Amino acid sequence: MATAAAQYRICPRTGLQFHKSAEALIKVNAVAGVVALLLGGVLALLITLTRWQAVHLIDANEFYLILTAHGLDMLVVWIIFFEMAILYFCSSTLLRCRLATPRLAWFAFALMVIGTVTFNVVIFTGDATVMMTSYPPMPAHPAFYLGLILFAVGALIGCFIFLGTLVVAKAEKTYEGSVPLVTFGAITACIIAIFTIASGAIILIPTFLWSAGYISHIDPAMYRVIWWAFGHSAQQINVAAHIAVWYAIAAIVFGAKPMSERVSRFAFLLYILFLQLASAHHILADPAVGTEWKVFNTSYAMYLAVLASMLHGLTVPGAIEAAQRAKGYTKGLFEWLRKAPWGNPVFSGMFISLIGFGFLGGISGVMMGTEQLNMIIHNTIYVPGHFHATVVIGTTLAFMSLTYFLLPTLFNRELILPGWAKLQPYVFGLGMGAFTLAMMGAGTLGVPRRHWDITFAGAALPYEFPGTALLMIAIFGIAGVIAVIGGAMYIVVTVGTILFGKKLDAGAYSTKVTPLRLPVQVSLVEDGGHGGGWGVPGTFVFAMVFLVAFVLYYFVNWKYLSTVWGLS
Amino acid sequence: MSAILPPQHRIWWKQPVDKIEIVWIVIAFVWCMIMFFMMPYWHVFGKQNLSTETYRVKPELFAKATQEMVDKYTVRTEGPNKVPVVAPPAGSDVYLIARLWDWWPILELENGKSYRLNLTSMDYQHGFSLQPENINIQILPGYQHVVTVTPNRTGQYAIVCNEFCGIGHHKMVSRLYVK
Repeated sequence: MATAAAQYRICPRTGLQFHKSAEALIKVNAVAGVVALLLGGVLALLITLTRWQAVHLIDANEFYLILTAHGLDMLVVWIIFFEMAILYFCSSTLLRCRLATPRLAWFAFALMVIGTVTFNVVIFTGDATVMMTSYPPMPAHPAFYLGLILFAVGALIGCFIFLGTLVVAKAEKTYEGSVPLVTFGAITACIIAIFTIASGAIILIPTFLWSAGYISHIDPAMYRVIWWAFGHSAQQINVAAHIAVWYAIAAIVFGAKPMSERVSRFAFLLYILFLQLASAHHILADPAVGTEWKVFNTSYAMYLAVLASMLHGLTVPGAIEAAQRAKGYTKGLFEWLRKAPWGNPVFSGMFISLIGFGFLGGISGVMMGTEQLNMIIHNTIYVPGHFHATVVIGTTLAFMSLTYFLLPTLFNRELILPGWAKLQPYVFGLGMGAFTLAMMGAGTLGVPRRHWDITFAGAALPYEFPGTALLMIAIFGIAGVIAVIGGAMYIVVTVGTILFGKKLDAGAYSTKVTPLRLPVQVSLVEDGGHGGGWGVPGTFVFAMVFLVAFVLYYFVNWKYLSTVWGLS
Repeated sequence: MSAILPPQHRIWWKQPVDKIEIVWIVIAFVWCMIMFFMMPYWHVFGKQNLSTETYRVKPELFAKATQEMVDKYTVRTEGPNKVPVVAPPAGSDVYLIARLWDWWPILELENGKSYRLNLTSMDYQHGFSLQPENINIQILPGYQHVVTVTPNRTGQYAIVCNEFCGIGHHKMVSRLYVK
């Protein structure tokens, strides 16, 4: 219930209203995420320097242990903590209302922290070197699964608090009409998250009981189908969340409005309907499931979720182009882009995220997710190449860009080292870009993922990979180090700013909620879209370039598949 | 008006959509359908499709069948561990065991002939990765997966394990010959 205490402040720079409890929770969740990113980043460096055969830094035992921790701390802990912050921001802050049940939100946060600490302790004591996927019958200590379950329960509570906050905003009439598009994207992420976490519970609870000795057998095929409904869907939360962040940044930096609410929201709806089918992507090279199941599910029901991503890929830059053109940058096809604020890390990071996610992550994802093509990719290093493009360039870089916006408005601090902040998205984004391309190259040549030594030293019947593969791995090593430097720059700037940045005026807390009141228009035709014509030709050219790259690469892979052994 | 504020038009779902968006939706949708129908198309006209023939199997029974094949068709042994090299007749069922941390036995196949390759694991999950061909198949314990393979190039191949299976994972590599 709204209390009489002074709870609300309006940021003098952005006009956003922060509810005190929500503000604190957004901060702690974001900070917890960044701490995980720091840990995961150190591990990333060790992994890169080990797989880079010329350096081959740490021994096999530690390598597999660290790879397990890196996967979970990055893919689960960093991203989901930051997503909790985004959910609270998109509900309480964007809708200008109080956060529902802040105490429960603190409890959820505590559960997530306890879960994280639990599984990390188990991993680092060497009792759970099973990789993030923990495929049975390879066992881990029960506390490993328990830690994951606690974390997931915490995240689930966070999702319901988000939904509760939407109800509060509606009931207390703090906004009019429909929720903003960015909040709609967050709702998408939240719905997928609930499905994801439920799947995780369905499989991790019995696996926990199995590892504790109460259940005798976990079927490995069943585990894979259900675990991946958790493992892959978790990445779809990220997609929905970082696309919401793209829209938010386009709005914040350019004042861009969606080209069409209808198209963008429809695309998010397609995500809700189809993205969770992605479990199949991981089962394509498996026995025990049928072809029809694989084909239908891997294509997200005939690629309708891919269609959604292709729509966002047009509408996000399209919204930016329209906003820029409205400001008078109308020369030629690309003046709007040339004159974009490339020195502002909020924008540059977001744009690199968009390009990297589409061209590297999106296209490679569809290759791997094609039933037959998967056979020439499955479990090679191409796979982590793909998901580093989606989750690191796409999600992580988008979240990093958002941080540069949140530091002054949420933490009320002026950025330290603005020169570093300016460079950071380029170092990180381009380093990661080269890193993922090198991985995909090496994977095409057959280099396996999760492998300590591809020279097979000490094996009875070793195999020598082609020289090109080793060259790719060397490029991967160098690019990986560059990306880690980019990540370190982010940590230095953000942590430094929170600790030492110049304090900015936060705006005074008051008891008053300032609801969002807009001059809502009822007219149906006025100001609809951007002139209803070819308002964004530059973006359309980009989209066509993307399509051509996509089509060519797709058929190149089929050509390659047609040359391998006959299989039936 | 922007994406972080409620839509300007209360009835936003009746707002007209830009031509450029409609054109892109149509193009993207057509491309999605092409990609979708490529998969069934390849099942009819393509030569590389993963079989789904699968049986539940007890490891001992699979090991017994493998041993029978080895007893009948071994032509030589190889490597420090004297792994048998087996040349079974074309068209027959051939067996390959994945276990911690080796592949057993080594198969010697004839170019252009088809074989029913039976795969299973004795313990954890493993990954069958044929190099430099780069054909990759998941292997699950308790499941016998039967894949018909038709080699199309002679030479020495490697089978690498590409599913993490413990500390000896990176040493789990073997050979396969095509004559």
